[in-house]
Amino acid sequence: MAHSQPQLDLSPKVSDEVKKTTCYMCACRCGINVHLKNGKVAYIEGNRDHPVNKGVLCAKGSAGIMQVNAPSRLRKPLKRVGPRGSGEFEEISWDEALDLAVSWLEPIRKSDPSKLAFFTGRDQSQSFTSFWAQNFGTPNYAAHGGFCSVNMAAAGIYTMGGAFWEFGQPDWDYTKLFMLFGVAEDHDSNPIKMGIGRIKERGARVIGVNPIRTGYNAVADDWVGITPGTDGLFILSLIHCLTQAGKIDLEYLAQFTNAPCLVNSDPKSPDYGLLLRDNDDKTLVMDRVTGKLTPFDQKGVRPDLSATYRKAGITHRPVFHLMADKYLDAQYAPEAVADRCGIPANRIRSIAAELARVAFDEAFELDREWTDFRGETHKTMTGRPVSFHAMRGISAHANGFQTCRALHVLQIILGTVEAPGGFRFKPPYPKPPEAHPKPHCKVTPDTPLDGPHLGFVHGPADLALKEDGTPARIDKAFTWENPMSAHGLMHMVISNAYAGDPYKIDTLFMYMANMSWNSSMNTKGVMEMLTDQDENGDYVIPRIIYSDAYSSEMVAYADLILPDTTYLERHDCISLLDRPICEAEAAADAIRWPVIEPDRDVRGFQTVLVQLANKMGLPGFTNEDGSAKYENYADYIVNHERKPGIGPLAGWRGDGTQAGRGDTNPEQLNKYIENGGFWVNHIPDHAQYYKPWNAAYQDWAVGMGLYDSPQPYLFNLYVEPLRRFQLAAEGHGDRQPPDHLRERIKAQFDPLPIWYDTAPDNKGSEFTITALTQRPMAMYHSWGTQNAWLRQLHGRNPLYLPTNLMRENDLEDGDWACVTSPHGEITVPVMHMAALNENTVWTWNSIGKRKGAWALENDAPEATKGFLLNHLIHELLPPKGDGLRWANSDPITGQAAWFDLKVKIEKADAPAEAQPAFPPIKSPVGTGPKTLKWKVGK
Amino acid sequence: MTVLPDHTEKKLGLVIDLDTCVGCHACVISCKGWNTENYGAPLSDQDPYGADPTGTFLNRVHSFEVQPEMGLPQLIHFPKSCLHCEDAPCVTVCPTGASYKRTEDGIVLVNETDCIGCGLCAWACPYGAREMDGEEKVMKKCTLCVDRIYNENLPEEDREPACVRTCPAGARHFGDFADPDSNVSKLTAERGGMDLMPEQGTKPVNKYLPPRPKDTLDTDIDILAPLLAPVAEEPQGFLGWIDRALGKLDGKKTGGA
Repeated sequence: MAHSQPQLDLSPKVSDEVKKTTCYMCACRCGINVHLKNGKVAYIEGNRDHPVNKGVLCAKGSAGIMQVNAPSRLRKPLKRVGPRGSGEFEEISWDEALDLAVSWLEPIRKSDPSKLAFFTGRDQSQSFTSFWAQNFGTPNYAAHGGFCSVNMAAAGIYTMGGAFWEFGQPDWDYTKLFMLFGVAEDHDSNPIKMGIGRIKERGARVIGVNPIRTGYNAVADDWVGITPGTDGLFILSLIHCLTQAGKIDLEYLAQFTNAPCLVNSDPKSPDYGLLLRDNDDKTLVMDRVTGKLTPFDQKGVRPDLSATYRKAGITHRPVFHLMADKYLDAQYAPEAVADRCGIPANRIRSIAAELARVAFDEAFELDREWTDFRGETHKTMTGRPVSFHAMRGISAHANGFQTCRALHVLQIILGTVEAPGGFRFKPPYPKPPEAHPKPHCKVTPDTPLDGPHLGFVHGPADLALKEDGTPARIDKAFTWENPMSAHGLMHMVISNAYAGDPYKIDTLFMYMANMSWNSSMNTKGVMEMLTDQDENGDYVIPRIIYSDAYSSEMVAYADLILPDTTYLERHDCISLLDRPICEAEAAADAIRWPVIEPDRDVRGFQTVLVQLANKMGLPGFTNEDGSAKYENYADYIVNHERKPGIGPLAGWRGDGTQAGRGDTNPEQLNKYIENGGFWVNHIPDHAQYYKPWNAAYQDWAVGMGLYDSPQPYLFNLYVEPLRRFQLAAEGHGDRQPPDHLRERIKAQFDPLPIWYDTAPDNKGSEFTITALTQRPMAMYHSWGTQNAWLRQLHGRNPLYLPTNLMRENDLEDGDWACVTSPHGEITVPVMHMAALNENTVWTWNSIGKRKGAWALENDAPEATKGFLLNHLIHELLPPKGDGLRWANSDPITGQAAWFDLKVKIEKADAPAEAQPAFPPIKSPVGTGPKTLKWKVGK
Repeated sequence: MTVLPDHTEKKLGLVIDLDTCVGCHACVISCKGWNTENYGAPLSDQDPYGADPTGTFLNRVHSFEVQPEMGLPQLIHFPKSCLHCEDAPCVTVCPTGASYKRTEDGIVLVNETDCIGCGLCAWACPYGAREMDGEEKVMKKCTLCVDRIYNENLPEEDREPACVRTCPAGARHFGDFADPDSNVSKLTAERGGMDLMPEQGTKPVNKYLPPRPKDTLDTDIDILAPLLAPVAEEPQGFLGWIDRALGKLDGKKTGGA
């Protein structure tokens, strides 16, 4: 047949209309262009102008169309009619739903607001939900940070006044060496992919430290297949090598960190280990110019890293002395840590040397003059082109806080933080730890809480304890068990409420948290706690309200369901008061707005909270005349002021020209919509780096409303609040820890980063293999499974085993294995993976599903072969024989130690389904269609 | 049975960088989204919420583990779609002329109205790049977004395939291989771009950039070792070193005083 070709229409109409909003297919918050045809979503692509993703979009984002049409979407409020856990509901009206909720909540608020536990999961409106909880008066509020990455966030803030991801990023423009430790892929999703692509293009190198070589580690120039839980030891060994070789930025340490600050070194003193301060509470240093003791921030001071100071018979040594003592010790030599970390000593040295080479031999000067907080003007900015990023991989261990601290110390001794080519904060960070609120927990009936729930403690006086010393919060956050639990402990709420320890609650109110499935440790136990009844036949946890957009596993365990909208049908604000989307060079915030209207009887959860607040007349939501301040969430976003002139959105305030500070502007949301759903305000050039100490940045931040006055500070290589807890454990002070916690606090609250092995607490000698989960790049928690496109990418989750474990256990791909932990047992399909640490097995996170959930058929592979490791993980450690049960959490922050899971493996006969298997729950939405031919235009 | 053009004016295609592809599947889903709504029949899905979901995709990412003779195992993410071959066997095998290669730009397309769904082309393609749509029973394949790249309803910067526009890592590049000065020709030359299975004689237009050498750091230890020479053997000596080093810095700051 001769060549012929038809005429094609090469310029078909793309869409009727493009509406620009913010993605919510994961936590990354990219800008999206939603193309509509006939009022329906036809295509979603990245917004080129958006500061986060600059036009690109990941698989999740592009699959948003299948989320918006997902058959799992809830349709109407539901009231439980069968037993809890059965999934038997009746549909009710919104009026009935709100009245029912108020009939439960209002009596609690009048008598004892702490009977409400309100915890939100993957909530992006925490400044609003916490405001609601504060006005309700309960101390029992947090979002999901405690079981996610609080170690990373808290270690960052305590050490350097900011952390990775939302609070900072590598300097992609100038970095030449990027070192990445275990990452939860959605923290940060597209920006890291974009960054890696950009730096590779110009020949910069990537080192990936991860037991598993997938994703970013697959493209890393060098892969370090570390043994899980030993990252801290590896990092301290790098610090050892660099310190020993003098490859540290002494100028930076002296000027910008507390390395020169003087530590009381008399073990008999009640202030032993505390920093020497003047009457204004300023830390003191020895000045190399005058040889005298002086506050750190005086003009012309050249702080000394080596001179000591003796006062009243007590020697005070600079922090840097203590660091030299600790880290020059041979216990951190590469040879001493190599076996434990699973990294050859030579490789550790090579990496240390490469860090040194790039930081110092490839240093460069940016021709930008800047003035520091001491008033000294610098002609240039010195670049140290080494950057780091880390997330849950190093965070979700019981030694995670100290490990994250160690990483920050490594960044700081190289002089890379806020230096060109290193790591840069994003507004509203940097912010000294002292500028954050402290936790508040004073409960008064019919009255708001006395302040924000969550915050940063600086010593025993700040703990959230009642007068009798018992925990004020249901999750026992900010207690001696985990004093610096800045994000709360969502993973302890249900078990504590069930045990009535520290007290009983009446109503558990949750949002977007799949606690009866993939968001809990000890999943089966949690289901039992949620359904267990007391001797009177009443549920032990009396009432459960849950809000979700989809038919998740948790729906069946609630008494009242408040159905949420999808992300394209709602208002949201991604606020500077909350979890910002700023870039290192700009402040930025964004909105979501209804680009389509729901075709179901559902309401945005935040609007429902406003409606509940209005029905109860909560103070922060009510005018003096008793009328409601806000009609819905959009009204709140525009008109709420946290302080005069400071509201949820920073853009187009006042007459529309003001940024940061300014009166409310009724046109604000329209301005955001006109601008593509976001607002950006650039930081001036000479304020772009050295922000914690850069006077120009500090002034810009004050103008923007990020601070009320300039807040320059020193990085805390030495974290004094940790020492205050140690001092208490040693017997000093009025507030004393219980005796059983004293030794742990003395050992693990070291004010300089340490490493300790978490394997013994998890019976590591018997259970020698670490079991991990990873989130696929194309899936977000449990959400992906209901998505017809994404589940074709990741519908199955075998347990991946390294070569040695496959051989030892005589396993082949497709075989099944029984995996046992000290807590439980699962039987699951296995698959070989070579690029894996030899003591590690892993699987994809949250692929396994309960039958009846997510509108999947009962024979979906997610429900028959999919599985969760959660069944193997308990919220408590195995008994040690001391009569106590210890939490499976970081002792400092309470971070859930998901990745300390130790297992053993044995070949098993193939069962009919992955074990444990659970009976189906009745679906409130049925199952999806048998075929999809989705095309909204013709 | 269907004749290929003697010559095409342009040779449009993709360069895919295997050194930076992180295997995120962004290209896969962006492609699915655009091509479901646009060219020809939607890319349908069978049993989308059931036991064996199978949908039509024009682009898929495969992952391969590689164990080098020496060194650590590696994982390669390998996105694969139609390579728009110059000697496309899928075209010549087509009994109806539905499969064709465009003379203007070399894009290989299926004219769905002429496609009888016989599947010969999928059988002839050595790359497995064509998929029969389960609902429409017509052959689907990568169109290189022919309805985007010339589309005057799109801003000029968006006139590129959906997979290229969306790729977060910037691992996909689109251009004209007939032009030696194009971005794709230059990248191919600079980075040693390769044909997929050249022994098949299909002369694929798309090129793959190979991964750069990996895990080289500890082989450089002799070069790097001097960087870690200790400044002192004893802790006291170390503090002395700090003092001297800070003294030098003071000197710099005060202009050598």
